[in-house]
Amino acid sequence: MSLLAAEQLDARHGLLKAVRNVDLCVAEGEILALVGANGAGKTTLLRTIAGAHRLTSGRIIFDGKDVTALRAHERVALGIALVPEGRRLFAGLTVEENLRVAADAGRAGRWTIDALLDVFPMLKARLKTPAGLLSGGEQQATSISRAMMTNPRLLLLDEISLGLAPLAIDNLYRSLTALFSSGPALVLVEQNLNRVLGVATRVCCMLEGRIVLERDAKLATRQQITDAYFGLRQQAPGEMRP
Amino acid sequence: MIWLDQIIQGTLLGGYYALIACGLSLMFGVMRIINLAHGDFAILGVFAVWLLVAQTGVSPFLALVAVIPLMALFGWALQHWVFERSLRAGPLVPLLATFGLAIVIENLLFEGFGADTRSLAPEIGDLAFDSWTLTDRIYVGHLAVLVFAVAVILLVGLQLFLKWTVLGRAIRATAEDPETAELVGVNSRAVYAMAAAIAVATTAIAGTFLAMRATFDPYSGPAQLIFAFEAVVIGGVGSLWGTLIGGIVLGIAQSLGAQIGPRGFLLTGHIVFLVVLGARLFLSSVDVRAAMRRGVDGVVGRSRSS
Amino acid sequence: MVTRWTKASTLSAAVAVAVIVAFAVLPVVFGANVTERLTTLFVYVILAVMWNALAGYAGLVSVGQQMFFGLGAYATIRLSYGGMNVYASMLTGALLAGCTALPLSSFMLRLRGGEFAIATWVIATIAHLLVNFDPLIEGETGKSLIALNAYDAALRQAISYWATLATMVLFLVLMFVLLRSRIGAAVQAIRDDEHAAASVGVRVMAAKRLIFTLAAFGCAAAGALWLATALTFQPRTYFGIQWTAYMLFMALVGGLGTFEGPIVGAVIFFILEDRFGATGVWYLVGLGVAATLCSLLLPRGIWGTLEDRFGVQIMPVGYRLRLAPSGDGECKEPQRTAGWLARLRSYPNH
Repeated sequence: MSLLAAEQLDARHGLLKAVRNVDLCVAEGEILALVGANGAGKTTLLRTIAGAHRLTSGRIIFDGKDVTALRAHERVALGIALVPEGRRLFAGLTVEENLRVAADAGRAGRWTIDALLDVFPMLKARLKTPAGLLSGGEQQATSISRAMMTNPRLLLLDEISLGLAPLAIDNLYRSLTALFSSGPALVLVEQNLNRVLGVATRVCCMLEGRIVLERDAKLATRQQITDAYFGLRQQAPGEMRP
Repeated sequence: MIWLDQIIQGTLLGGYYALIACGLSLMFGVMRIINLAHGDFAILGVFAVWLLVAQTGVSPFLALVAVIPLMALFGWALQHWVFERSLRAGPLVPLLATFGLAIVIENLLFEGFGADTRSLAPEIGDLAFDSWTLTDRIYVGHLAVLVFAVAVILLVGLQLFLKWTVLGRAIRATAEDPETAELVGVNSRAVYAMAAAIAVATTAIAGTFLAMRATFDPYSGPAQLIFAFEAVVIGGVGSLWGTLIGGIVLGIAQSLGAQIGPRGFLLTGHIVFLVVLGARLFLSSVDVRAAMRRGVDGVVGRSRSS
Repeated sequence: MVTRWTKASTLSAAVAVAVIVAFAVLPVVFGANVTERLTTLFVYVILAVMWNALAGYAGLVSVGQQMFFGLGAYATIRLSYGGMNVYASMLTGALLAGCTALPLSSFMLRLRGGEFAIATWVIATIAHLLVNFDPLIEGETGKSLIALNAYDAALRQAISYWATLATMVLFLVLMFVLLRSRIGAAVQAIRDDEHAAASVGVRVMAAKRLIFTLAAFGCAAAGALWLATALTFQPRTYFGIQWTAYMLFMALVGGLGTFEGPIVGAVIFFILEDRFGATGVWYLVGLGVAATLCSLLLPRGIWGTLEDRFGVQIMPVGYRLRLAPSGDGECKEPQRTAGWLARLRSYPNH
């Protein structure tokens, strides 16, 4: 049985349907890459799973339990955590305080401040710095650590490379290998295909709110992914693209 | 020499204004609600104290200790049933709902207690009159100093609370970004409710001291709201202490204005408020929301990092 | 297809004109008792419509409109005692009082939300205090508009009635024209989302200033007219916060942000005051409870809810967007959402 099963999810932004009839499963410990162009609905999907966005219809089953009606903080207590797009740190709080807020509210487990400082040693010197003054890479490390402090079983990472220099991204992914091997199930939303396909076990591609490709990462060809990404498909003679 | 006296008295009065203002600041800083019934809560609290004193004869201070948790509960309930809904419904609604609430409270109090002005001064005995003599013309009342001291202690206490406790951190995080706070496991609604409870409880303290220093009646609420707001706006820059400074400036302006005439007291305070507000608007070209936010950022310990 | 007038609204407009004519003729048939009460109703309508213009359309919650109400009456007293004909002083007084909004607006309109609200309260308090200083008024003692005694009581009442009716119609027509115009679209855009409105080129400040000034004139006129019926001016009565409470109740319960809503609210308020006003405090408590509950549970008010529920629109101040049926039935939002945006886009430059 999968850890997370999202069934027929529909989610909107006002009048716009952002997520259309999405079925998604994530197994324990797996790393799912969720790719797609801007506006495809990836962020909305993650936020809906995390509880930050209300779904119009559908169900979310986590570890056998229907969490559709639960608020975000209640889902955190069960083990779902989201690293939001744009980091969204509490700028006025120090790094340590950011982590502590999550620790106070989340579940107990192996991930403590010390454990996370081992994963992200760059933060050791910055514990007392207000989070708003950190560099991009440090902010991302803090944001991921903050989510990890809740000891999640499913970690949703939204565009963690966004706005970071290539070197910083390298560092980040290097640090994350510790998480990849022995940590929670991950859903990684990334624009950078190379990066994410290197670590993922499965890949899903979204286009205009729907999932158009879902394949084992090793079996999916580059061509297949790019086609799905841009919405190219086989056209029957005389058929018009909508 | 008169001026020095007025300045001292005004400064001490500022302590009261800081007391009444800190709840307003807290509620705005955390929840972005301007509670138009803020002053009326203070009056509600002091009527509760007065009632307890009248029925049991205990000291007002003791009665206040009993009323504080009641008011905190009241604030919690309000957040749950009124503010929570109004927050979601748009920016106008909290103003409308709290204004309606103000009308209800004022008139219920009037119905229950009548129009008589009352005071708690008779209940505190000599404390109402005793003063230290600084010079042969300047007297500093014990009560005034007590109020000022309580204000400082409360502000310090709030700052420590916000900085060092679990709930304090959760409040600061929720104040910055309630959605992300939820995403890291903080129950933002519960946090709001606690912040509202604290804010309303502080109004009871302020109201009680108002009653000791002066008089109160069912319709005294709006004046307190206006003073609180003026103190926050005047002092707005920087930290929690801005509220105290704002209160002091307001108090001094009023005390000096009282020298001019019977209505000069109120008028000078309002004019100074408008001048400061105008200066903020035109000189720094920053709208008041940002100025207030800077002031209340100090309350929740937020730093500006734009 | 975008339309303005429907069968219902054409009919209603005709009915409205007929009603106004009927009101105009009324004093011939009915006595002073009826006309006096109707005068009160008309003042309530003016106040409700003005407050709704501020809060419902411009998004400005004012807790200080009583300032203009009081200043309108005060200016009338001052001018009358200065020697001007009493009716001329009412007109001039209202105009002068309304004019104070012009310098105020450049200051006040930079504020928003709660800051604006409390600032209006402070300004109103200052105005009250300043009027107290006037030796003619002697603090809270007040003054009577004795110049009115020169007129026969029945005539005086009739003139008040017609003046109030005319003023009410004037402001209703002004609002109607405003809402149908480019500025009306702009103002509603501002109400919905100020930043978005500014980004499509709406001149936010100009639109707000217009509404703020209009509301000031309206409330000032209402104050002068109230004085004509009440005959005495006491600062506490005219500058009292209860006027805001009444306006808030009428606009909120009637329907904030609709044209007909405040009229409905004023009628309801009038009836309630007639039945329950004598109970004094409980009446005010009831008003407060109703206003609070309305803001929380029925934010569109009675008329607004009816409009939404039944798609009814009596006066054609909006556009009706008749959508072509679409494939997967996506766009089912009521036409109100499309309203202001459609209107804005239909104007060549703005």
